[in-house]
Amino acid sequence: MASIWRYILAGLGLAVLLVGIVAAVYLMLPQPTPGPDISRSKSTANRLFEASFEPERGVIRQGELQSWLLTLKTAAGAPVEGAAITVSGGMPQHDHGLPTSPQATDYLGDGRYRIDGIKFTMSGWWQLRFGISAAAGSDSVVFNIVL
Amino acid sequence: MRRLTSVACLLALAALALLGGCGEPQFSDAEKKTIASLALNTLPSLKADTTNQYADMPAAAALGSTLFFDAGMSRDGTVSCSTCHKIERQFQDDLPQAVGVGHTNRRTMPLAGVARNPWFFWDGRRDSLWAQALTPLENPLEQAGNRAAFAHYMQKRFGERYERIFGPLPDLSNVPANASPLGSDAEKAAWNSMSAAQQDDVNLVYANIGKAIAAFERSIEPQQTRFDRFAIDLATGAKPEADAAFSAEEILGLKLFIGKANCVTCHNGPRFTDNAFHNTGVPPVDELPLDRGRVDAVTQVQADPFNCLGKFRDGDESACRELRFMVKDGPQIARAYKTPSLRGAADRPPYMHAGQFETLDEVVAHYSKAPLAVEGVSEVHPLDLSERERAALVAFLRTLSD
Ligand code: HEC
Ligand code: HEC
Repeated sequence: MASIWRYILAGLGLAVLLVGIVAAVYLMLPQPTPGPDISRSKSTANRLFEASFEPERGVIRQGELQSWLLTLKTAAGAPVEGAAITVSGGMPQHDHGLPTSPQATDYLGDGRYRIDGIKFTMSGWWQLRFGISAAAGSDSVVFNIVL
Repeated sequence: MRRLTSVACLLALAALALLGGCGEPQFSDAEKKTIASLALNTLPSLKADTTNQYADMPAAAALGSTLFFDAGMSRDGTVSCSTCHKIERQFQDDLPQAVGVGHTNRRTMPLAGVARNPWFFWDGRRDSLWAQALTPLENPLEQAGNRAAFAHYMQKRFGERYERIFGPLPDLSNVPANASPLGSDAEKAAWNSMSAAQQDDVNLVYANIGKAIAAFERSIEPQQTRFDRFAIDLATGAKPEADAAFSAEEILGLKLFIGKANCVTCHNGPRFTDNAFHNTGVPPVDELPLDRGRVDAVTQVQADPFNCLGKFRDGDESACRELRFMVKDGPQIARAYKTPSLRGAADRPPYMHAGQFETLDEVVAHYSKAPLAVEGVSEVHPLDLSERERAALVAFLRTLSD
């Protein structure tokens, strides 16, 4: 009888050891850091507008000049027309700005603005910040893009 | 008791085998992805250059090649592009600063893959390969010529070849022998005495010289290296054989390059460059004139009559987005220089825009220490690499040359 207990005890001991080793190995693996909010649609800082931001051709290609679409709606859902838009940004973890100076180049109707001249030169966490002035007032929004 | 120990031993062995089997694969999936993105086989085929309608015309490239190697394309007939861009030396000259008619302030850049650049020179003060070629031709320290003399020279030496490619040469009979808006006082005066139509004629011939040279330079492409063979094997799961196999030191160097040492943030893609400008705190050379890098180049490229928005561009303005959307100011462009490709770097010291470092060891030591920049803010932060790690990085860089 006593010997069975010994087996169980030894088994338990080994199991604990194994779990410990596995945990140690797991902890040593590079941890996926909890990323920034990468949603492509959000309210602007003071909730004046609903903004969404998408690559015009659907895909992001590192190292190429690309145009994106910034779509602006009022909180009530009406398209925002005639907005003046400023663009800035950079890589928060490398404390450097954007490698290009993107601009709002065209209004495509329906609250959609073409933001041209965007280039992501490296993988990692990028931020694009838009200052938006329209009839409803001025507000800003930051989009995080992780490549 | 004996049974207990043997069972325990068995279990322990099984645990070890398990750990050994799954522990430490050579590269994580993320690392594999990065390595694959650096391999030469991911280099896309060369895009058309719509600003140069002769870019892919063989006759233009042939004329461009002649001009590239022709010392007649200089004031005193002694300097050609190939004086500094030596074909047998990766199109550079192994000097800290190039020497043409005079001693210049920058290091000659190698030309492999150059047609893929959005910007030219260490500071990017030209925006096309053809506009770039016009700069050394008139630089008093390089070829020291002037555009009127080049137009006459084209007519005299290459008239027929020129006309077969570009159409009839303009009437140059009343154009002064030496004239340029950038030359000596006498050349400037001669230029100002010309009619606007004559100036346009000469500028057009001059632009076409650049376009022919650019057509030639498009054929200069990077070569496959040991690293590329290793990367392909890694991607396909084949066991790297013979020289494609990396030593433990080279593997450590590669891991550092794409990991802890952050090199790949700027030296990325199959050419190991992001084509962008960065301040990396490389110290200036004392004896040379003030060099502020990109910040001064912005005005120069905007003022260049041969830039993409100027009238010598072929095709439409949609090709000019790099110029249109470039960063024009801000602290990040002070003493910022273009990230150079690292392919072949191990075989062509010295390094940096004015040959500041003589060896790769010095380069890596610079990144490890990351001194403050003399102007602006360096983007590199101290890495504090051990001696072993520094040597491993250098060993890896060598695999881009073998
Ligand atoms: C006196 C030596 C010398 C001569 C002659 C010379 N170059 Fe260069 N070349 C250099 C130097 C130095 C640089 C970098 C200069 C700088 O950044 O200011 C350079 C840069 C370049 C670049 C830019 C490469 C890049 O990656 O941005 C190209 C292209 C080039 N040269 C082509 C030519 C052509 C074509 C000619 C002949 C028309 C020529 N060079 C004549 C020394 C020379
Ligand atoms: C912030 C961007 C950046 C990072 C990170 C970076 N480099 Fe560079 N690298 C550059 C730039 C820009 C230059 C040219 C600087 C100059 O000439 O002043 C350069 C130059 C070099 C050169 C000289 C090449 C030549 O032809 O002169 C080597 C070699 C090099 N880097 C290796 C590395 C290694 C190894 C690492 C990682 C430890 C690294 N770089 C990290 C941007 C970077």
